[in-house]
Amino acid sequence: MISAAFDYHRPGTLGEAIGLLTEHDGTAVVIAGGHSLIPMMKLRMATPEHLVDIQDIAELSGIAVSSDMIEIGATVTQSDLIASDELFSVCPILRETSLQTADPQIRNLGTIGGNVANGDPGNDMPAIMQLLDADYILQGTGGTRTVKARTFYEAAFFTAREEGEILTSIRIPTPPFGHGHSYQKQKRKVGDYATAAAGVILTRSAGTCTSASVALTNVADTPLWAEAAAKALLGSDLGAEAIGEAVDAARAITEPASDGRGPADYRTHVAGIMVQRAIQTAISRVA
Amino acid sequence: MNAHTSADTERVEKLQGLGSSRRRVEDARFTQGKGNYVDDIKLPGMLFGDFVRSPYGHARIKSIDKKAALAVPGVVAVLTAEDLKPLNLHYMPTLAGDVQAVLADEKVLFQNQEVAFVVAENRYVAADAVDLVEVEYDELPALVDAFRAMDGNAPLLRDDIKDKKEGAHGPRRHHNHIFHWEEGDEASVNRALADAEVTVEELISYQRVHPCPLETCGCVASMDKVNGKLTLWGTFQAPHAVRTVASLITNIPEHNIRIVSPDIGGGFGNKVGVYPGYICAAVASIVTGVPIKWVEDRIENLTATAFARDYHMTGRLAAKRDGTITGLHCHVLADHGAFDACADPTKFPAGFFNICTGSYDIPVAYVGVDGVYTNKAPGGVAYRCSFRVTEAAYLIERMIDVLARKLDMDPAELRLKNLIRKEQFPYTSALGWEYDSGDYHTAMNKALEAVDYKTLRNEQARNRAAFDRGETRSLMGIGIAHFTEIVGAGPIKNCDILGLGMFDSCEIRIHPTGSATARLGTISQGQGHATTFAQILATEIGIPADDITLEEGDTDTAPYGLGTYGSRSTPVAGAATAMAGRKIRAKAQMIAAYLLEVHEGDLEWDVDRFQVKGNPEAHKTMKEIAFSAYNQAIPGLEPGLEAVSYYDPPNMTYPFGAYVCVVDIDVDTGVTDIRSFYALDDCGTRINPMIIEGQVHGGLTEALAIAMGQEISYDEIGNVQGGNLMDFFLPTAVETPFWQTDHTTTPSPHHPIGAKGVGESPNVGGVPAFSNAVNDAFAHKGLTHTQMPHDHWRVWKTAQRLGLTG
Repeated sequence: MISAAFDYHRPGTLGEAIGLLTEHDGTAVVIAGGHSLIPMMKLRMATPEHLVDIQDIAELSGIAVSSDMIEIGATVTQSDLIASDELFSVCPILRETSLQTADPQIRNLGTIGGNVANGDPGNDMPAIMQLLDADYILQGTGGTRTVKARTFYEAAFFTAREEGEILTSIRIPTPPFGHGHSYQKQKRKVGDYATAAAGVILTRSAGTCTSASVALTNVADTPLWAEAAAKALLGSDLGAEAIGEAVDAARAITEPASDGRGPADYRTHVAGIMVQRAIQTAISRVA
Repeated sequence: MNAHTSADTERVEKLQGLGSSRRRVEDARFTQGKGNYVDDIKLPGMLFGDFVRSPYGHARIKSIDKKAALAVPGVVAVLTAEDLKPLNLHYMPTLAGDVQAVLADEKVLFQNQEVAFVVAENRYVAADAVDLVEVEYDELPALVDAFRAMDGNAPLLRDDIKDKKEGAHGPRRHHNHIFHWEEGDEASVNRALADAEVTVEELISYQRVHPCPLETCGCVASMDKVNGKLTLWGTFQAPHAVRTVASLITNIPEHNIRIVSPDIGGGFGNKVGVYPGYICAAVASIVTGVPIKWVEDRIENLTATAFARDYHMTGRLAAKRDGTITGLHCHVLADHGAFDACADPTKFPAGFFNICTGSYDIPVAYVGVDGVYTNKAPGGVAYRCSFRVTEAAYLIERMIDVLARKLDMDPAELRLKNLIRKEQFPYTSALGWEYDSGDYHTAMNKALEAVDYKTLRNEQARNRAAFDRGETRSLMGIGIAHFTEIVGAGPIKNCDILGLGMFDSCEIRIHPTGSATARLGTISQGQGHATTFAQILATEIGIPADDITLEEGDTDTAPYGLGTYGSRSTPVAGAATAMAGRKIRAKAQMIAAYLLEVHEGDLEWDVDRFQVKGNPEAHKTMKEIAFSAYNQAIPGLEPGLEAVSYYDPPNMTYPFGAYVCVVDIDVDTGVTDIRSFYALDDCGTRINPMIIEGQVHGGLTEALAIAMGQEISYDEIGNVQGGNLMDFFLPTAVETPFWQTDHTTTPSPHHPIGAKGVGESPNVGGVPAFSNAVNDAFAHKGLTHTQMPHDHWRVWKTAQRLGLTG
């Protein structure tokens, strides 16, 4: 449980950080909270020669909320997300999800940028970003580009981010006022990854579902945006039949691993239950 | 004795003796981070050792190339079995009469087995070099299913003993067979089964788990080449036994070995055995002449040092239709892993598993145990229980519920019908134990009343009806256990470890100003010995507990003893402490008689003093007596006030208890919610109620962990699963329910202060209570038994099998 040797860099600007990544091309990785990377290094499953710590880069921090856009800097911690009342008032699912992620000590250091950029299918925030149709802002020597969370994830720990690029911030379209939300996560204990988890946001007008989004955590090697599940809800009365269809549609796209959390068939089953409960909770919260 | 006055009460309270919830004196340093653990020890020039471990469960070693590792700056040595062979240290004796490879000898037999030992200037260099030792393997088929171990075509695991037909406990029937051990009258049991109105049979497996103490195992070995003395600081639950074994292995005379157990961060049985790391560190220090530190990491601890349980128990009960149990038959298939490294008294290869008649008056019983080798880590320690007692309690407490189901009888009623009655004590069980004392019905009835059992069953009936009507997806389960522990090994006449009799000891020195130092042969790992043993002495000798320092764990200063495990400290060392205190008091009485110019018989003891009968104004306090003992020439008496007692208990002690658990199960997810848990413990005389309560809380939490989630399993090629804290279930405060504790007090008749030991009871009784609750939730749907751990997915699979998941 001791990592291989590495050099540690702590640049003060984004330019310096990108320069370091370029200079040590292929042997440097970005570190922020370190709560995914450091355990991997201690197991020697990751053996970077250079760590580029981005915590001192002021432009990567901060939360900005407007009526149509939420922008969250990469080094904002899970605790910051929980603490922001402004964020909670427009997008409460971020607090609800963060409170179910890891434990308070980890949340004090673990960052949103690391959580979404690492590509770990066990992380909670990637599915939430897909749910909310977030954009990831990536910056490298070639400039800045935007990638949708819904297309970012390719396989476990493989993403659309190029080596040398840093995920600098996340932009989320502000969800409609009065939406209902829920993130339902089943886990074995505090700090565990989900056996299966589901996030839902939806709106309702005159008894009819006017918008819906559904996403799943840790039931495939990437987060899953459950488009068909949302379609089953859209335009429906959000009754038992529509919910049942959404649950079936969500289960149909899962491909969980069999592991200590249970065999694949069980985890698929639980994913459906989480979707069902998330929809029901979201409905109960619609303004 | 005089009527008690407020002054008397004040004197009693000042002592903080027996029965006082005295605050733990250890906590001042632990809560400030001032403990001194093995890894805190830093010696000049100290080097670090780290292991190269096998990635395979079963493989032949073709070659080991050390060159690249030795080329790393700061690497001092790389040891392999070839280096240890000339010293005859490539194998070491286990506590169970087997041998275990210190470093793999031509073959590896479990994943993460020790293959080479790298010694380097610091642990970082050592870890780098471990990666560079190149080991070539030829993989062999792994044997991970204990039920296949003795198949005709099962792979041969132990080449080193393949021709050995006679094991440590009798003949071996197969190359993977370790021992067969049996107790009881099988013919009578078979007759009882044949004649029975009702019989039940169930295969009850108790999965492989691990004690997982917060502090992992480790040591610092330091050979002083000038005076030839080897000092070993380590996480040892039995430092004196380690010294003797180390002397026998290394041929270093015992007086030239010093073993020190500093503060220990939990043991739970994991720190009883001798591990390759200790041997390698000692050898490396002897060779290099400088101190060597070896400390495991968490994965090494979970996957290579001693596991617990892994018992597959087939139980059969014979009974009358009215519920009277007429016989118990049990066969155990015991998976011991690659080496038999169980930590049991030598004559008991299955520990005290033959306590498996439990709290019940069962006229005839038989138990047979077969131990087998598999490609898994060695161990088989008593994880917070006396030797194999948790397994035994789990078997009988599950079997009682299985029988209750068959008889369509309430499990509480069936227990009350068969519990040993108060007037039957001392009670000799069908499998030969003499239960010293007990009042089981009082405990059971108190528990049932406390939880309002009838109301709970009524609520459950309503819950079941509502479930069937589709109004709820939650099922309620009620689990009952009445357990009997057997602790305090033990009488030398039947308990030894490698020939070392299992007595224990206490030495007391009263200092001239009336304070005291006591040293014991045990070693605390969190039990609070410094607090509680001082309380025993405070009551025995009248010196406030705060004025008594307690020391353990240094073999150069402490009297010989067999250490702390199996809840033996209070029953054995606690008795030695009381007896040594009584020797002090006897001499003090002679001194007081001289000082008061009366006959000894004219004196009586009162709290902290001897006083003249009928004239309490004429008295000498222990403090005054102590001063005189050292400073006044008393005719016929040696100066000083010291005593030592080596205590060989006449019998074990038999703590018991009644537990009730209520669980609510979400049938759609398999998630279990422990709604309530009531634990009544009877540990005889209660020394420190607060520490008892703390022990019960800790033991119940471990029981929760075992029953509801812990498992070390292996895949089909021998890869260990669950060897990290993401997968191995250690509950946090969030997962841990509120524990409602209670007690009755039935003192042990043979223990000097009537105490019985308590630390392990909650693990023994807790596991069946949780498991019975989960099984009970589904009982009305036809479930008789489902295997632990009752984690979410297994519970859901159980519901699915019963057709409840829709």
